[in-house]
Amino acid sequence: MKRSKPTNFSRNSNKNRSLPSASERATLTDLQRLMAGAVMRRLTPAEEMQKSWTDGRPTQQVVGEFIKPNDRLTSFERLEIYNRQYWNRILECFYGDYPGLQTLLGETKFRKLAIAYLDQCPSQCFTMRNLGRSLEEFLRAEPRHTKPIEQLALDMARLEWAHVEAFDAEACPVLTADDLLGLKSATVQLTLQPYLSLLELGFAVDQYLLSLKKEGDTLRSEASNAVTERRQQTVKKKNKPKRAKIFLAVHRMDDCVWYKRIEADEFKILSALRDGATLENACAATIDPEARSVEEWSALIRQWFQNWTSLGWFCRTGL
Amino acid sequence: MPANKFNGFTDYGIGIGLRVPHYDHILTRKPVVDWFEIISENFMVDGGRPLRILDQILEQYRVVQHGVSMYFGSAEPLNREHMKKLKRLVKRTNTPWLSDHLCWGSVDGRYTHDLLPMPYTFGAAKVTAQKIREARDILEVPIAVENVSSYAEFHASEMTEWEFLSEVVELADCGILLDVNNIYVSSRNHTFDPFDYLNNIPPERVAQIHIAGHSKFEKYILDTHDHPVIDPVWKLYAHANKLAGSTATLLEWDDRLPSFDEVHHEALKANKFLAQLEQKPVAA
Repeated sequence: MKRSKPTNFSRNSNKNRSLPSASERATLTDLQRLMAGAVMRRLTPAEEMQKSWTDGRPTQQVVGEFIKPNDRLTSFERLEIYNRQYWNRILECFYGDYPGLQTLLGETKFRKLAIAYLDQCPSQCFTMRNLGRSLEEFLRAEPRHTKPIEQLALDMARLEWAHVEAFDAEACPVLTADDLLGLKSATVQLTLQPYLSLLELGFAVDQYLLSLKKEGDTLRSEASNAVTERRQQTVKKKNKPKRAKIFLAVHRMDDCVWYKRIEADEFKILSALRDGATLENACAATIDPEARSVEEWSALIRQWFQNWTSLGWFCRTGL
Repeated sequence: MPANKFNGFTDYGIGIGLRVPHYDHILTRKPVVDWFEIISENFMVDGGRPLRILDQILEQYRVVQHGVSMYFGSAEPLNREHMKKLKRLVKRTNTPWLSDHLCWGSVDGRYTHDLLPMPYTFGAAKVTAQKIREARDILEVPIAVENVSSYAEFHASEMTEWEFLSEVVELADCGILLDVNNIYVSSRNHTFDPFDYLNNIPPERVAQIHIAGHSKFEKYILDTHDHPVIDPVWKLYAHANKLAGSTATLLEWDDRLPSFDEVHHEALKANKFLAQLEQKPVAA
């Protein structure tokens, strides 16, 4: 191959005019918008780039206007590499975050759901960690994707998102039992740890998901700059979770994610605190004098707070 | 003695990428490794195990940050939330330099999470250089940009890839993370001489070198980081070091990851080429 002469374009550039003009930025934006539209577009069922563009023109014609062909690949085929790569990458991450939902729905249904969701709610963050942030909302709006187990699928999706949050969300300095002693319950507002999620569920999805998780599966997949190839996941058939009203705290301790079942009244108090109620109001709204005596409530609530503080669920921040 | 002004760390030697399956081996066996490269985004989290592991690594090893989503080439402005989290990580790791790719990957706030190729235009070079300068000002750490593997080229391009890279780094006054495997992959996909690439970039700006393996298909090559480095890439590596001087080198291995010892052994093959070098870089 012929070698080109060394060049240095910037020697000819005017450093004082090195800022891009509005039209240069607009030209780049237009090109990137066009290419991203193609790259992020759904593949066909055969995992190929769609042959028709959004306006009905042949995709080959549209792509040929901005991508060069070479001696081995057409413009279409060159862009198709990126189109496939996009879906491989985000689906691999999504599969990694939702093994429970995948098992419940089965591979075919889960894949359809994943594509529909990611098509409607593409990533809006520099990290793929947040891919599932809008899944609960999507499932509520589009229950047909999980029919006939809509509620069960929703419970599992909520638990798996809570797991993502518990894995690496912030941990604030912890409020201790001693700290609690000096607080005025009428005015104090306790803040829950950002990594803690409280879930009211209609199915025992916690046990189901725990049984799926094997040692070493607790870490999410990493970002890298390599091309990834999504591997077919093996979905083992399992009996679906039983219907059961459960209250769950999904939290983190010693860098591990835990699912802790809590009482309905614990859930009420913690939820009220999370929503900004004072300590006194959170407890008052929960206490039912007909269910227990004042002394019993007092002892119970004291015990709960001891447990919660020992688990580090309250933040010292802001007190 | 630094080989050039953008490479004050010529004694950094040979590093490898820090990957989850190797955590236990590294933390329990404490192997001697010159340095680890981390993917910044894997540690730009607010808490939990990733940061705990990172802190344990930092107690014993030198760490250099490498990013995959700053997207210097995207026309939209830098993401401030991203910069904030990245700066927090820079303070934690005390990385001596920081690298990311000469590519784009987001538009209108939507992320492809891919390293998409640039149109090699003067306008795109200016947009990219401006963002690199802004990122350096915010992060207060030297920046090196990495050439990516690509599978497509634009009609709009006004220059070669190496001319574009040179233009950007001169305008931004930043370093180059020279990925010789990516040069090889792109040279096969776009039919150019990879030595032309090496001979026509400013060697004094090469701050770091990446080596890696790739996968060959019938009509193109993919940058998969799942194989050992092939001989033609080692030849490019040797030539790059002759031009730029002894340079901090990193083996990337991300998929079908073998044992830590196998990866480290593959990386240390670079020593043979570094040992052959004279201390002074060859003039461009």
